[in-house]
Amino acid sequence: MSAPAPASRFTLELRAITKRYAGTLANDSVSLRVAPGEVHAVIGENGAGKSTLMKIIYGAVQADAGEIRWHGRPANIPNPAAARRLGIGMVYQHFSLFDSVSVVENIALALPGAFDLRRLAAEVSELGNRYGLPVEPHRPLHQLSVGERQRVEILRCLLQRPQLMILDEPTSVLTPQAAQRLFEVLRRLATDGCSILYISHKLDEIRELCDNATVLRAGRVVGSAKPRDVSSAELARLMMGASPPPVHRDPYSRDPVARLSLRRLSRAPDDPFGTALRDVSLEVHGGEIVGIAGVSGNGQTELVSVLSGERTCASAMLMLDGADVGARPVSARRELGLAFVPEERLGRGAVPLLSLADNALLTGHGRDLVRRGFIARSRVARFAGDIIERFGVKCSGAAAPAQTLSGGNLQKFIMGREISLQPRVLVVAQPTWGVDVAAAAFLRQQLIDLSRSGAAVLVVSEELDELFEICDRIAVLFQGRLSPPSARADCRIEEVGLLMAGVGPAFDAAA
Amino acid sequence: MTWVIVPILVGTVVAATPLIYAALGELVVERSGVLNLGVEGMMLLGAVAAFGLRVAGYPATVAAAAAALVGAAAALVFGFLALTLRTNQYAAGLALSILGSGLSGFIGHNYGGRSVESLGHVHLGVLSDWPVVGPVLFAQDPMVYLALALAAAVSWFLYRTKAGLVVRVIGEAPHSALAIGYDVVRIRYLTISFGGAMAGLSGAYLSLSYTPLWVEDMSAGRGWIALALVVFSSWRPARLLLGAWLFGGVSVIQLFVQGFGAVLPSELFSALPYLATIIVLVAISRNARTLRSNAPVSLAQAFHAER
Amino acid sequence: MLRLALEARTEPQRVMRVGAPMLALLLATLASAPLFLSLGLNPLRALEIFFIEPLRTPNGISEWLLKASPLVLIALGLSVGFRANVWNIGAEGMYTVGAIFASVLALRFGAEPHRWLLPAMMLAGAMGGMLWAAIPALLKAYANTSEILVTLMLNYVAALLLGYLVNGPMQDPDGLNYPQTASFGASALFTPLWEGLRINGSVFITLAAVLLYWALVERSFLGFQMKVSGLAPAAARYAGFRESRVIWLSLMVSGATAGLAGMMEAAGPLGQLSPVISPGYGFAAIIVAFVGRLNPLGVLLGGLLLSLLYLGGEAVQLSMNAPASLSRAFQGLLLIFLLAADVLILYRVRVLRVP
Repeated sequence: MSAPAPASRFTLELRAITKRYAGTLANDSVSLRVAPGEVHAVIGENGAGKSTLMKIIYGAVQADAGEIRWHGRPANIPNPAAARRLGIGMVYQHFSLFDSVSVVENIALALPGAFDLRRLAAEVSELGNRYGLPVEPHRPLHQLSVGERQRVEILRCLLQRPQLMILDEPTSVLTPQAAQRLFEVLRRLATDGCSILYISHKLDEIRELCDNATVLRAGRVVGSAKPRDVSSAELARLMMGASPPPVHRDPYSRDPVARLSLRRLSRAPDDPFGTALRDVSLEVHGGEIVGIAGVSGNGQTELVSVLSGERTCASAMLMLDGADVGARPVSARRELGLAFVPEERLGRGAVPLLSLADNALLTGHGRDLVRRGFIARSRVARFAGDIIERFGVKCSGAAAPAQTLSGGNLQKFIMGREISLQPRVLVVAQPTWGVDVAAAAFLRQQLIDLSRSGAAVLVVSEELDELFEICDRIAVLFQGRLSPPSARADCRIEEVGLLMAGVGPAFDAAA
Repeated sequence: MTWVIVPILVGTVVAATPLIYAALGELVVERSGVLNLGVEGMMLLGAVAAFGLRVAGYPATVAAAAAALVGAAAALVFGFLALTLRTNQYAAGLALSILGSGLSGFIGHNYGGRSVESLGHVHLGVLSDWPVVGPVLFAQDPMVYLALALAAAVSWFLYRTKAGLVVRVIGEAPHSALAIGYDVVRIRYLTISFGGAMAGLSGAYLSLSYTPLWVEDMSAGRGWIALALVVFSSWRPARLLLGAWLFGGVSVIQLFVQGFGAVLPSELFSALPYLATIIVLVAISRNARTLRSNAPVSLAQAFHAER
Repeated sequence: MLRLALEARTEPQRVMRVGAPMLALLLATLASAPLFLSLGLNPLRALEIFFIEPLRTPNGISEWLLKASPLVLIALGLSVGFRANVWNIGAEGMYTVGAIFASVLALRFGAEPHRWLLPAMMLAGAMGGMLWAAIPALLKAYANTSEILVTLMLNYVAALLLGYLVNGPMQDPDGLNYPQTASFGASALFTPLWEGLRINGSVFITLAAVLLYWALVERSFLGFQMKVSGLAPAAARYAGFRESRVIWLSLMVSGATAGLAGMMEAAGPLGQLSPVISPGYGFAAIIVAFVGRLNPLGVLLGGLLLSLLYLGGEAVQLSMNAPASLSRAFQGLLLIFLLAADVLILYRVRVLRVP
């Protein structure tokens, strides 16, 4: 990496970066500095402005004001290609990879110039082995697991010999053990002189890996720290401005009868690149919360759509309150008392362009909101208003389009709507992804309260901390198979982490 | 029976040619994630442009080139609506088809009844004189061969060049392509222009060689059939050729069956290409899984860079 | 360097809802001026003939409303589907088949005075259109086949079917071998509302359809399901709205309205079945739907506008010797500019200075 003699001892410097989106100040005069070989964390809860800041550095978005300095000289970064030319590499949280082509083709796409796949494949193998990120260059990408895909994403970055590498929430798709391996790679990179910007909200990781940290809250820098010298609690306080609200769990006593019952549920995926479900068995009783852990891409999407009714399965595999619903559609299951909060909010859980009132009608229509085929508008408005009030949804009223709400508020509305339906069984996927800490705590409390009032609650989540906080029993989904659930008190994070990677007696038996 | 087979085969190749041009162009467009319903209109504009220039005395090559340019220009209008203004792609394409039909009819309203000199057949010596194979494969007019050459070129482009790979991945995941630095909109403009040029060439073939005269709406729905062909081909050039020949065959069959004193009405035979299109579409679409795994994922969706 | 950027508005601009169609009309008019000039025609005079002349006489107004009626009816049916993202481009074919079905009854029973004949013909027309629409509905619901391409193909098939029938089995034996049926008897025709004018009672059917459309789309739960299907198919599936129901409803309704419109034209101004039964109403109705922004009042006004375009086109043809395709070219321009102008409703255009 031969760069011209640096004009300053910092690789990257941001001065008073400001970015405004219609109505909100995403970044408010943010400044930070990263030196060569430094691992610098950018901490903040969801909505604090981390992603926007990274997009500005990477050229995907332009700042409204402020200055970027690269090796001390002012730099203009109008698009990602320019960022790459400077030597900035980005590993996205949601990978920008293409399923239909091979690993080496994916990497070739990100590199300028001519196309020599054979030579590139050799380079990729060599680099992968050097950094402990082994991949097979000619495998089609869709065959790779999420962890392997991240390796490809990182290798793609490394091949461009970056001087600054940005990683956005990289461990959200990894098992705890895989995260450790990633940290080793990053440390090696830092030793080689590369600067690293590490975005995360996982404070323990940051304390383990990072040299310095800049803390963002509501778009502004509220402090910087050396993570190893402070406690997680202090960092959390900086991040949120106050101590995190505690979640209150009543003791758990479950109904003897199972309300939701999966019996050796097996199903081929609809999506050509999806995961097949194999012999998934589980029982969820009223009064308890059962959690399903697992790295994304192991069948969660398929499982959740089979539960909700968006996809059907064979009979005798799925029972709802004793009724065989596997082959029955969504409407039948909802009538039996099933409610569902999907992972995608805009576009699936809510229609972005429609008002909150209309969105309340989306799944609320069973509650006497439709009379003789016609919509009872005042009742719908009242239902929506109730949800907004009870769940503290910040919006300009029931007529506000769903897309004008922040992620956290929209999730509060959607979850509020489903809970207001007084379901007997509630299935929730990724309940607090992208949601700010205060709203997340509120939502988790709602789930606990719902279960304690007698409903059976099933939570599918990639956040282990969350599952350990609210669930009574936890199971792990790996490659479409489910481990037998254990009581939370009997679980340890390391064991669950191993299960998430497929290690353990539950997944040893060949299916 | 050779005296019937040879004209049928020759006719098949000839009838397939306009479909090949238009469908090849649209294949590339759809691979990049855009659906252009304006092919029919662009075809007609190309046809009238080529015819007009020929009537004015220009050589056929100039006329064909003009048709390609006209098609590309019309496609740019579509591109502006669909890519820059991000309107509904179906509506934008339809608008171009309606405009193309009306505008070409308007420009050509004085040409009705006039004819031009046909393109003339290539003569490749001994090869062309072979019985059966000769006239079918080696004595067609130049645009037939050009179409086949273009099919090979498109296939090579898509599967063997980096640019073709870029086009394919843009159709699959435009946001990812943008993230790694590709100007999705600019590349789509390029594919759309290519598609329009090909549609123009298709029209030129119709008015210069297939029936060297001008009739309003002379494409008779071939633009739409070309769109169906792209689906049938699973977005692959080799299968597209197969499909084009199949359709070409179906549309010439009628001319020969009628000669055998068929009891069935001539309209039924004229309807065969359209009915065949429907049947073929059903066959290829039935399996939702295969359809989804072949079609460009982002097809016809408006692309918003900020989202 | 200057750059155009589109910035999403937080709320759709109300003024542009009405302003966009007006702006589009203006731009289309400007863009078509060269076409008139190329014919050596005075564009302003041509525009006068196009838009103003037709409305000067009671007969003109009668023709205007008479032509608008089928356009609005078809467009309402199409709009039901467009809202749900079901793209029926085959209204032409459904219209034709509806006319055929109605004509069969008319020719068989029209000679005698039956009071049930006209209502029966209306039913037949609607059923003919629905039958023709059932094909794409079935194919889409069960075989994922694109309704756009199937309906388009069926347009051509329907036209060929009509050609066959009026040249063969249904041809008027006393008609000097012209491709047309015999004229319908009096009981198979709509009676004109006023002496000397052609406008008849079928316009009330269209008005009723406008009200029914409003009720379906704005107030009914079925209409809500279709709206959601069109805006966010994944959300529709999540909510349990059946996709096949949306597909069938869209196509059946648009088939019925198109077929009914075909019957109205055959039993009204034409009085018989012939190949010119549709001067492209099926496609014009698509434009009407867009100009009217898929809402009842808008579609009504849009139908009136396009009807005027048709009349004006005919008038310009007659008095200035302009070709018929001029109208179609104008329609195409109108749709293009409308799509462009619509952008201003959802986005604000900003001129940025890029360093």
